[in-house]
Amino acid sequence: MAQQEKDPAEGGQTDRSLTMSRAMVEAIAHEMREDDDVFYMGEDVADYGGIFDSTEGLLEEFGRDRIMDVPISETAYIGAAVGAAQAGMRPIAELMFVDFFGVGMDQIYNQMAKNTYMSGGAVSVPMVLTAAVGGTYNDAAQHSQTLYGTFAHLPGMKVVVPSTAYDAKGLMHNAIRDDDPVVYLFHKRLMGIGWLPAPDGPKTPVPEDEYTIPFGSADVKREGSDVTVVTLGLHVHRALEAADELADDGIDAEVVDLRTLVPLDTETVRDSVAKTGRLVVVDEDYRSFGVTGEIVARVAEAEDGLAALEAVERVAVPDVPLPYARPMENEVIPDAEDITDAVRAAHGDE
Amino acid sequence: MVSVTDLQEMYEAMVTARQYEERLQEEYLEGKQPAFDISAGPIPGELHLAAGHEASGAGVCQHLRDDDTVTAPHRPHHIAVAKGVDLKRMTAEIFGRETGLSKGKGGHMHLFDPDVNFACSGIIAEGCPPAVGAGLAAKKRNTDSVAVAFLGEGAIDQGAFLESLNLAAVQDLPVVFVVEDNDWAISMPKDRVTDVENGARRADGFDMPGTRVDADDAVAVYEAAREAIGRAQDRNGPSLLEVQVHRRMGHFMGDPEAYRSDEDKAAAERRDSIDRLEADLRAHGVDDETIDELRSSARERVEEAIEWAKEQPEPEPADAHEDVFTNPPSGVTDSEPNVAKTETGGDD
Repeated sequence: MAQQEKDPAEGGQTDRSLTMSRAMVEAIAHEMREDDDVFYMGEDVADYGGIFDSTEGLLEEFGRDRIMDVPISETAYIGAAVGAAQAGMRPIAELMFVDFFGVGMDQIYNQMAKNTYMSGGAVSVPMVLTAAVGGTYNDAAQHSQTLYGTFAHLPGMKVVVPSTAYDAKGLMHNAIRDDDPVVYLFHKRLMGIGWLPAPDGPKTPVPEDEYTIPFGSADVKREGSDVTVVTLGLHVHRALEAADELADDGIDAEVVDLRTLVPLDTETVRDSVAKTGRLVVVDEDYRSFGVTGEIVARVAEAEDGLAALEAVERVAVPDVPLPYARPMENEVIPDAEDITDAVRAAHGDE
Repeated sequence: MVSVTDLQEMYEAMVTARQYEERLQEEYLEGKQPAFDISAGPIPGELHLAAGHEASGAGVCQHLRDDDTVTAPHRPHHIAVAKGVDLKRMTAEIFGRETGLSKGKGGHMHLFDPDVNFACSGIIAEGCPPAVGAGLAAKKRNTDSVAVAFLGEGAIDQGAFLESLNLAAVQDLPVVFVVEDNDWAISMPKDRVTDVENGARRADGFDMPGTRVDADDAVAVYEAAREAIGRAQDRNGPSLLEVQVHRRMGHFMGDPEAYRSDEDKAAAERRDSIDRLEADLRAHGVDDETIDELRSSARERVEEAIEWAKEQPEPEPADAHEDVFTNPPSGVTDSEPNVAKTETGGDD
């Protein structure tokens, strides 16, 4: 449905800039006004407005019946979202930190993700599961993961990862209207929360009108001719920072923001690599069996893909849980310098 | 009846915990002024302080030995202090130092001190199953040690807790579940998330004893815990205690607590269990001088731990790649450093 709607990316002139959280909330509020079947469930989403500002201000407009604080019972309320979705409603359930997925994982991957398939298409599950992801603020192993690859690996869920306010709003409209379960992973560092300062970049102009960004449409955030950098979430901004620095040395990096992992816009990635011949994949998730390996494989599988591929580099969290102390967290989470080095290596001037 | 020695030891543990939290708060806020940035300063990341919870940790742990197991949640410091966790190494861990309990890998929500069988976890109620496991090990090995799982009242709606109650009950395991009711699950008051005001009634469904201590009172906790722990030691199965405490410092440092009324905060502060225990001490004939000594020795211990921790070295970046496994596999890329950092990493 929403996939056919056009992306007004070029037509969305506005002077109004929003944080990523405001943009997300604006889309949710719009959908809630349009459709009484949309409601939001989560921990601390009512009076608090979401620990990461994901529901700020919604309680005042919609009340407790539709902005629901729920017991700390992820299995029950995520599963209840599945059931309500199957009954024809359009629930949004929030997992406060994606790391808590384990508490309710059966409802996520054995119910939400599989019921459509197991019913032979007789049942649909039009819900959104939102979750905060990411590290960079020393919250250690149980509160810092992204788990992008985990959700994208298991079939049956669409997986959305916005990197800017503009994308966050359009992707949220699409997520709520989509007839399938959508996992919407927002990076804490990008939300524009007072106590967790965002980098420059995620706060962008955002049209006041509704618009959808189709799933499976990667966005070239920076055009370049020498090396393709494919990434998502926070690392879009780190890659752009690296690209600026590399430009000073005459290396022209193209930065591709995947925006959704499921569906994956393989074509945009392949086109870019066909142009540059060099691929660097950057991910804040674990290195093995994840996004970086998948992107490399998709490129290699293309007709003449391997022949066109002069160099490949992966930049990701090594296969260790996220450590607490600053020197160790900085070591494992890729920064702009790691990306710069990888691009240089791919470019052949190590 | 509780002895004067017990009272003094509990008081010392509670005062130590309170002073520790106050000092941690000061250290934590350093570098976070005027603009609060959670990742700045000598203690980065989330910090969940337990000021107001002291009666629970002290009243329960007063009955425990080093070989008894305790699991704690994300708000662990008062329990750790009462259980006898190494205060210096715990502090070094909170400061992210190499000589911390977990070499800087865990931080304040993930403290492990095997010497006194203490562990905590940042996912609520998830310490309950491991406590059941410790009880299971004690039963299988026929020792008289027990296990205590601490959790907050917000956690009593979790499957991990309810399943643990059932498993411990059906296996007659020496486990005590201690629910610390501080009235708030971050911003959610108890009556919004459960219809059962007395959390100890969760025990009824599993045919185990459930007791609620309705005031912030270390002596009442001590008495209730004596019965529950004694029952576990006598191999008569698990028990559930719910203990009224209060939250003085927000859910985490930086929590604006806009959802909480000033009256609620003020009312909570008036219930200080440390003041109450001090009155109990006096009623038992303990003089001001002794009380002052207990307080000043607690302060010295806290200062010593914090000063020591701050002098400790930070871990090396490459240390991040160690400790994934006890027996690291060879020949696989289980801990390769970032591509860009091959000079510093990859030492295994």
